Amino acid sequence: MTVRELAEKLNLDICCGKAGLDREIQGGYTSDLLSDVMGNAGEGNIWVTLQTHKNIMAIASLKELSAIVLVKNYKPEEETITESESEGIPILSTSCQTFEITGKIYELLKEKTNGQ
Amino acid sequence: MEIRADLHIHTVLSPCGDLEMSPENILHFARQKGLKLIGITDHNSTRQASIIREYGKEKGIYVLTGTEINSKEEIHALAFFETDEQLQTFQQYLDVHLPNIPNNPEKFGYQVVTDREENIIYEEPRLLISALNQSIEAIEKEVHRLKGIFIPAHIDKPCYSLLSQLGFIPPDLHFEALELSAHTTISRFLSEHPELKSAPFIQSSDAHYPEDIGKIHTQLQVEDLSFESIRQAIQNLSS
Repeated sequence: MTVRELAEKLNLDICCGKAGLDREIQGGYTSDLLSDVMGNAGEGNIWVTLQTHKNIMAIASLKELSAIVLVKNYKPEEETITESESEGIPILSTSCQTFEITGKIYELLKEKTNGQ
Repeated sequence: MEIRADLHIHTVLSPCGDLEMSPENILHFARQKGLKLIGITDHNSTRQASIIREYGKEKGIYVLTGTEINSKEEIHALAFFETDEQLQTFQQYLDVHLPNIPNNPEKFGYQVVTDREENIIYEEPRLLISALNQSIEAIEKEVHRLKGIFIPAHIDKPCYSLLSQLGFIPPDLHFEALELSAHTTISRFLSEHPELKSAPFIQSSDAHYPEDIGKIHTQLQVEDLSFESIRQAIQNLSS
């Protein structure tokens, strides 16, 4: 599933990084400790977090993540937006809290895998 | 001159600080450990600090007045200010940006300011261990605008540290030094983080109990005991 498809299905706001909407999502990771994400997220993962600091983009780029989802209507900081645009890694935003949106993404990705 | 410093000490004002962490006891134990310089750093509050500084003058211990802030990313950092005016301006900043979550003393502990005789002169109603609604960069800028000293705390710790929360140090963050906890050594830390070898490091106790004061310290080479000399000495530290 691409980032664009997921964003449409779950009604996520696309904050920035539109150039990367066709990135393919391969699994996901949920954590607010960037050190943990750096150590444990996998390539292609979609990352759910409440951190909005520009370092999230550096981690996303380093780990080649497909997109970042900010919870509870959090929005990226200005410098984070700049990084997202230049890296072409989208940042999405949802009104859901972490538990809900992680569950929804998990279900969608599972369906997709089972359907193939 | 060369002095022993422990720049990270909590008092009765921190909810997690032992009730024995009174001005009298802190200065007593600091002296016992041979500390000439201590930092008073309660969570998100500076309200106990100047009482201890004034008392310290009589006891021959130089006290840096400050706080341990908790940023919105849940990063802890030490901030110190020279004058009461700067300290109060920063206190107003803390008061504006601390969320209005009431403390539950039964669960978290009491948050009180005491005078030299251990009389309670203030009780903080808001929970001080909450996160401020400000980014680490915004806080750092405010500290430096007020000519303060800014030191990210216990960056070796797996939580509440600059490295745990943000993965690496944002290159545009300015700090006088980085702090390591008592759980590591500078050389062990640097073997895992060789990229930080040119940074100045302090080590402090993060004491919440009197017996922990000075359990680890930083040796500082200061010209005299003034705020700016101490800043210089901290910046000049090399590993």
